[in-house]
This record gives sequence, C-alpha cells and structure tokens, in this order.
Amino acid sequence: MRSNRFRFLTQSLAKTLIWAAALSTIAVMILILLQILVEGLPDLRFSFFFESPKSMGREGGILTTIIGTVALTLVAIIVATPLGVGTAIFLREYTRESRISRVIRFGTDCLAGVPSIIFGLFGFVFFVIFLNMGWSILSGGLTLAAMILPTIICTTEEAIKTIPYSYREVSYSLGGTKWQTVTRAVLPSALPGIFTGIILSVGRSIGETAAIILTAGSSLVMPTSLFSPIRTMAVHFYILAREGISMEMAYRTGATLILIVLFVNTIANFLLNRYIRHRI
Amino acid sequence: MDRENKMVIHQFSFFYDSIQALKNIELSVRPNEIFTIFGPARSGKTTLLKSLNRLTDLIYGAKHTGTIFLDGKDIYDPYMILTQLRRRVGFVFDLPIHLPISIYENVAYGPKLSGKNKKSLSETVEKALRSAALWEEVKDRLHTSALRLSGGQQQRLCIARILALEPEVLLLDEPCSGLDPISTASIEETLIQLKKDYTIILVPHNIQQASRVADRAGFFLNGELIEEGSAYQIFTKPKKKQTEDYITGRFG
Repeated sequence: MRSNRFRFLTQSLAKTLIWAAALSTIAVMILILLQILVEGLPDLRFSFFFESPKSMGREGGILTTIIGTVALTLVAIIVATPLGVGTAIFLREYTRESRISRVIRFGTDCLAGVPSIIFGLFGFVFFVIFLNMGWSILSGGLTLAAMILPTIICTTEEAIKTIPYSYREVSYSLGGTKWQTVTRAVLPSALPGIFTGIILSVGRSIGETAAIILTAGSSLVMPTSLFSPIRTMAVHFYILAREGISMEMAYRTGATLILIVLFVNTIANFLLNRYIRHRI
Repeated sequence: MDRENKMVIHQFSFFYDSIQALKNIELSVRPNEIFTIFGPARSGKTTLLKSLNRLTDLIYGAKHTGTIFLDGKDIYDPYMILTQLRRRVGFVFDLPIHLPISIYENVAYGPKLSGKNKKSLSETVEKALRSAALWEEVKDRLHTSALRLSGGQQQRLCIARILALEPEVLLLDEPCSGLDPISTASIEETLIQLKKDYTIILVPHNIQQASRVADRAGFFLNGELIEEGSAYQIFTKPKKKQTEDYITGRFG
C-alpha cells in the first residue's frame, strides 16, 4: 500500500514539475512579447513602415532599416544555404567518418560557439578592410553567412541522418546514380529539417546587432547597391535605446521586428506543412 | 560463354573484411526460369543475390574474387555501366520499402531516373502495376501515399517498381517474409506469371515456398553451394546429406 502511495506521489510530483517548467517558459515568452507590444503597438501607424527615419530616428518611420534587415538576411541566407547544405551532404553522403570529416565537424562546432562580436571583428578586418568592401550590405551579409553556417550544416546533417539507409538502397537498386539518389531520394525527405535550420538562421540574422554594426555600419540613408552601408531594425532599436534618442521609437521598432518575425515564421510554417501534405 | 544461360556465376567468392561469406560459387541460371537459392540464415544467400546486380558495391570493406556473367558479359568489367546493370537486373528487398511519395511516383521513380518522358511514363506505370497484379486494387488512388497499402500490396508495389524498368532478371530476397498466407499466395502467383518474360532468382522464406514455385534450386550452407538441380530432384531426393537434413527439418 505504502509503495503504491509513494508511486502516486512521484507521478504527481513529476507532472507538477514538468507543467511548471512549460508554464514558466511560456510565461517568460509572453511577458517579453507583452512588454514590447504594449509599449510599441498603440502608437504604431502603418506609415511607420513606409517612411524613412528623420533626425536620427526621432521622427519618421523605419523604412530604410526594414530594407536593411531584409537585404542583409537575404544575402546571408543565399550565401550560407548552398554552402551549408553542400557541406552537410558532403559529410553525410560523400565521405565516411575520416580525419577530414572530423576536422570539418569540429570546426563547425567551434564556429557555432563563437560569440557574434568575434564574427563581427573578423568581418570588419577581412571583408570591410582587407577586401575593401567597406561597411556594406555585402560585408554584413557575408559575415552573417559565416555566422549562421554552422547552424545550417548541423541541422541539415541531422535531417539527412534521419533518412533511412534503405531509401538510398532502393534508389540505387532502381538504377540511380549517387547524385540522383541524393537529390531525389534523400534531400526531398530531409527538406523539412533543412528548412527548420534556415528559419532558425533567419531569426538569428534578423536579431543580430554586434556583428552588423562592425560590418554593415549604421547608416540611415536609403541603400542603393550591395555596397551601401545600412542599419538593420535590431541595430536601430539598440541605438535608439542606448543613446537615449527616443524610447517610443525604439519600442515601435521592436514591435515591428516582432511582427515581422511572427509573419516570417507563419508563412514558413504554412509552406512547410503544405509541402509535407503535398508529398505524401 | 554459352548463350543458354542468363546469368553465370564463376568461381565467385565474397568477403566482408576478413569474413568469407561466399566460397567459390559455380552456378548458372537459365532464362525464364525461377531459380531458388535456399538454405539456413547466414549461408550467403542475400550476399549472392546482391552481388548479382552489384548492390554489394555499397558495402564498405567488401571484396570479391571470381566473376559473374550476364548474357555472357562480365558484370564486374570496369566498362560495365552500373546504373544500366541495375536496371537490367532488378532487386526486390525482403521488407517492402517505399519512398514517402505516392504510389504512382514510387513506380515512376526508376523510369524517371533514366529520363523517360511524361507521356510514356503513365503507360509504363500502368503496365508495371498490371504485371504485378496490383493495378485493379490501386488504380483509383494512384496519387495517395504508398505507405497506406497493406503488406502484400506494398511488396507487389516493390515488384511493380522494378518491372517499370523493364528488367531482364528479377532478384527477390525473401519477398514474402512478414506476409500472411493469402498475400504470399498472390505474390507467388504473380511470380509464376512473370516467369514468361523474366528470369527470376528467388530467395524463398521457407522450403515450402521454394518447392511451390521453383523450377530449379540451389542449397547453400555456410557460404558454399552444396548442391543444385531441378526443384523436383532437390526436394524429393537430394543427393547430399546436408541438403536432406535441412529439407527434412533436422536443422535450420
């Protein structure tokens, strides 16, 4: 009898703890969102998105910083996705566990743990000064690409790892070449996982500040080419708050940032679900 | 080489690292027959079957000596195009494995790889499904997931998938393991139908199946071919003691 009661106690204790963990996570998330949205949303006008900032961001909108964020993220994703997915395919499909693959994996693991300011410093020295690209979308985008590369490699590798070996065997037995097997039997099944990695990377790019200030600058002027310096929304938020320019504007920028991230994730989820449903 | 045989295995030995899985196999398979390779587990049946279309190439650290001929041509010849070989010698695995795509796409996978155009593709798919005796059951749901088929249907889909490549030889590795007797019967029926157009090499999942469908049979034990001959002779009056012991159920 006693042991039964004891078992009951452990069960309910575990249940309570797990519920508490989940609830507090959600609570923290909601608190952060609420704070930014409560402060930022009420005064948010539609025109805020479509006007350029005036007088350091005290007035006007944040159009140039939205463009800056989108441009940087696009460059980063466009550069990092083929490199990262390619590396992961190489590691999983084209090579066995060997010294080379171990070195690559060790390298990416280390890269993943490096703080972003170090990437910023590297980008500043290498892209901005050595390659003479200046503070620009390109320098910033390439730096971000280097930063998100480990995430993309790692998630793609994990996704490919879950594909049963038998899929490959089936493809080979039906006369597939290695390339056909990878592109038609392996990658389509791994795509949702790869996609998740890309979404994580988008989030990281949108939220990054330190590395961007060092490599893309913080100009509020409308960019005209890949070599123009820009300011992203996250950087804008940081400067507005840090330099005490305008807390109101900072919150509005923050609220916009959150809305955009929500929007991107919703669209991505929708596309992903559609892909999965369509395939099966 | 003589033209009477479809596939000839000549002094063939196979090694996984240091373990020898096949010992100096000498065997011929005639066109349009069902040849069954039977024997206890770990006797090298699957290894031999996978060697016949070089799926063993995928195994790291494996090597072989001797060779195998298809229509008198050495399949281990460096000039042999591997993808072509695998289209001519199709393999059906012991467990029905599908790519997580629709029934249609599964059958069309192979022909698409060789660049077949869309129009003839749907004909090929229909023909393959008909030959595998599956068409009537799935024609209304070609574009639903292959994973929703029953076990027997899934295995016939695997056969259809190979037939869509219009191969010459079919290799089947215990295609009925894990299937109920009714599904098994329908697959055996299908095999006997297919014999008209294909050469079939089958690893049956038990001796009863071997005796039901085989024209000729070979008994394998510990990587050696103990004896081969017509199915009737092997299953009624085997020459070797080991074969008799196995068939009568003294071991295995």
